[in-house]
Amino acid sequence: MKYFLRRILWLVFAIFIALTINFMLPRLMPGDPAIILIQRLEGLEPAAINAVRNAFGLETDKNIIIQYKDYLIDLLHGDLGISISHYPTPVWNVLRKALPWTIGLMGISTVLSFIFGTLIGITLAWKRKSRISDAVLGLFLFIRSFPYFWFGLILVYFLAFNNPIFPLGGATKVGLMPADGWEYIKSILYHGILPGMTITITSMGYWILTIRNNMINVLAEDYITVAKAKGLSMSRIKNLYAAKNAILPSVSGFAMALGFVIGGSLLTEMVFSYPGVGFMLYQAVQQQDYPLLQAIFLFIILGVLFSNFIADLVIMILDPRVRDGAKK
Amino acid sequence: MSDKLLEVQNLIAGYQTKMGRVLAVNDVSFELKKGELIGIAGESGCGKSTLAYSIMNLLEDNGAIFSGEINFSGDNLVDFSAKEIKQFRWQKMSMVFQSAMNALNPVMKISEQLIDALKAHQKGISEKEARKRAEEMLELVDIQKDRLDAYPHQLSGGMKQRVMIAMAMILNPDLVIMDEPTTALDVVVQRNIIEKIEDLRSEFNFSIIFITHDLSLLVEISDKLAIMYAGKILEIGPAAKIYSNPLHPYTKGLMNSFPPLTGEIEEMSGIEGKPPDLLNPPAGCPFYPRCEKRMEICKTEMPEFKELENEHQVKCYLYQGSDNLE
Amino acid sequence: MIKDMLKLFITNRKALLGVIILSIFIFIAVFAPLIAPYHPKQSSDQEGKFQLRAAPSSKHLLGTSHAGYDIFSRLIYGTRLSLMVGIVTGVITTFIALTLGLLGGYYGGVIDDIISFINNIFLVIPSLPLIIVIASYITIRGVWPIIFVLSFTGWAWGTRVIRSQVLTVREREFVKVAEVLGEKPLVIVFREILPNIISLVMATFFTSTIAAVIGEATLEFIGLGNISAVTWGTMLYWAQNNAALLYNAWWWFLPPGLFIGLLGTSFALMNFAIDEISNPKIRKR
Repeated sequence: MKYFLRRILWLVFAIFIALTINFMLPRLMPGDPAIILIQRLEGLEPAAINAVRNAFGLETDKNIIIQYKDYLIDLLHGDLGISISHYPTPVWNVLRKALPWTIGLMGISTVLSFIFGTLIGITLAWKRKSRISDAVLGLFLFIRSFPYFWFGLILVYFLAFNNPIFPLGGATKVGLMPADGWEYIKSILYHGILPGMTITITSMGYWILTIRNNMINVLAEDYITVAKAKGLSMSRIKNLYAAKNAILPSVSGFAMALGFVIGGSLLTEMVFSYPGVGFMLYQAVQQQDYPLLQAIFLFIILGVLFSNFIADLVIMILDPRVRDGAKK
Repeated sequence: MSDKLLEVQNLIAGYQTKMGRVLAVNDVSFELKKGELIGIAGESGCGKSTLAYSIMNLLEDNGAIFSGEINFSGDNLVDFSAKEIKQFRWQKMSMVFQSAMNALNPVMKISEQLIDALKAHQKGISEKEARKRAEEMLELVDIQKDRLDAYPHQLSGGMKQRVMIAMAMILNPDLVIMDEPTTALDVVVQRNIIEKIEDLRSEFNFSIIFITHDLSLLVEISDKLAIMYAGKILEIGPAAKIYSNPLHPYTKGLMNSFPPLTGEIEEMSGIEGKPPDLLNPPAGCPFYPRCEKRMEICKTEMPEFKELENEHQVKCYLYQGSDNLE
Repeated sequence: MIKDMLKLFITNRKALLGVIILSIFIFIAVFAPLIAPYHPKQSSDQEGKFQLRAAPSSKHLLGTSHAGYDIFSRLIYGTRLSLMVGIVTGVITTFIALTLGLLGGYYGGVIDDIISFINNIFLVIPSLPLIIVIASYITIRGVWPIIFVLSFTGWAWGTRVIRSQVLTVREREFVKVAEVLGEKPLVIVFREILPNIISLVMATFFTSTIAAVIGEATLEFIGLGNISAVTWGTMLYWAQNNAALLYNAWWWFLPPGLFIGLLGTSFALMNFAIDEISNPKIRKR
């Protein structure tokens, strides 16, 4: 109980900090971007220029505390400002279209990379003496050293361009609508394979290495020796005695791992022109659409905080010591 | 003899390293009768734990039995296949590990840990029966039934140790090896555990190999006592005899190392020096550099066991050739 | 003890391989003008203007870019900046992590609370989005802004790990002894604690450097670097923006990525070797 409450408090507090950072960021930057932008927008309507002013807190007539208050109130109403590159569409409307794609692609890829990574990591540690084990380890170390996006490029080149097995980009075939039913879904899956593979393979490396290390440490523990002495089956020892303990530190490091995965998936979207939040971020950067940029950033942070919270809950379920608040 | 349970003969075991073999157990022999408690005493690093693990066949990685025999009721355990060992172990012979060790799986209830030992050896057993047996075992070691579903971290040190004893006894083995079972516990808890072990032994009549560096404890509970140093047993015999008349200079030194509760305050004498490097064990007696009574021959040749009255044996040149001790 | 570790390091096969690869890259960087056949911004020679988007040939080992630059030369020259940015960022990040980790871990109390708090915030925020956001606000484009942004966001992981280890070492007897003897804190930190966390500091350095090399390439790929500078990252930027894929110009985007990966691998190997050396359980006997 205590653990749970503490986690919730931390979550609320962290969200608060995230919102504040988001508020402060543009106001801390040197005046240049705002002024350049405004000059660029000279031809636009006052409303757009105001949106920019709003985003940058250049309305010096308002006290910063009042600005903060307004900012929070706006947020509660779902008002994230007006997008500059998609003017006059509000930022939220622009974001709303991209979110499902990213959540879907990233969500599935993360789960897959965790599952595969964990299984491979456990096996690598269990069968440490074999040569194959070393080779696989080496392979993933190698893969991990490459930039995510480059890996995506290679995949696109070999599997989409040179040999058109997979599509070059996008989320679905142009022109298909949800109304097209199964065709639509098929197309989504088809288009999702390459980007999904990119994210999964590159982030798998992190899990593999972490779990392998944890597993090796756990295997050196005394309760493993006792389990062997008791005559238990190898699979029982591997799963219930070793793996169950080895996973715990990984789950708590989930937040950081998620950070990598998010980074990777953003880049993957850019390479594949996948219409998710990452691609949108890319475009926002190119077009200096700061309100959109900020909103995306905010969403990403919130996403991470929530996932982190869920990971904390999972640990609570898995580790009885945490449930009781015992010191490890 | 028909009630001889365990006979270790010239056991040599240790660890293979890049620099050679570390002979942690260097030619050890002893016998154990049914229902007997043999205490094995010695300093840290003398090879006691390696001996225990060798008998249980739990040496891993680079640990191995290099030569010798371990005869259990006539069968040589060293010759057993992995499958035979797996079946045999815990059923006929089990081990209680050091209480300081992390011997209980932190994410499993102790009921599960007790039951899976049962299930591994009694394939047909039902969940209900297994649980009942686990409850019985806990009762035997004075732990309330309602703690059956507790996790290790919810138990005190003494309770965890008792769970391990229950776990070791759950299949009613003939021999239980106890490796420093009370070392990390406070004296009051130690006393309880020792008494409990004694009670269980008289009720179920199993043999015990009790390993510790606490000689004073062993003197009280052992039938037989073996003094181990640098991988060798230097002196072995009935506990009372060794206590009243220690023969080997090392044993004498050990006996002199604990102060009596009563009597005059005397200056304590320790034993100077440190144990030899087991990577390159000396050819002669390993205690040579630290022995007050050493002789030339001690350096080059290891003495054999000389039995002096009633199974009291010692490996020391001081007693070779002489037939009376007093 | 450090000498022993160095000895172990050199005899470890993985470490050796890593060092060899790194040395090759350093060699390329230092001797770039001698190795590269052309100047990176050269688009013609006595025989006339270079062909645009040419495929590899004997004249241009890796072909030419959309502007006629020799890709092989750019790759060679690019090593300089890419390596520099990576290593400099790695050093700065490690230095920050070491300082904060030592301060927080050793002094504890309020100092530690503040450091940990800030650390946790930076840890939770995913680095790439943060990097992108900050970099896009900074209007100057170049390698130094990149170094700044990467260092600013990259110190968190190392700090946490080092602080954790300092906390452990601090409780060991020899530190307690030094304190009881009245040694000044700075002396204790440098003489007792530091040598015991060296392997961790090295590991942090390698990890940070890999991250920096990839981070730099990423930022430049998105266009947040100085696109007229010659680095592996900007090469990828140009490749992407000129549809190298569509022109089937694999020689344009394959080599820079490959080099990044190789450099990263060399650090990963050395890192792995340090892991093996300092953690006896992982070491194979």
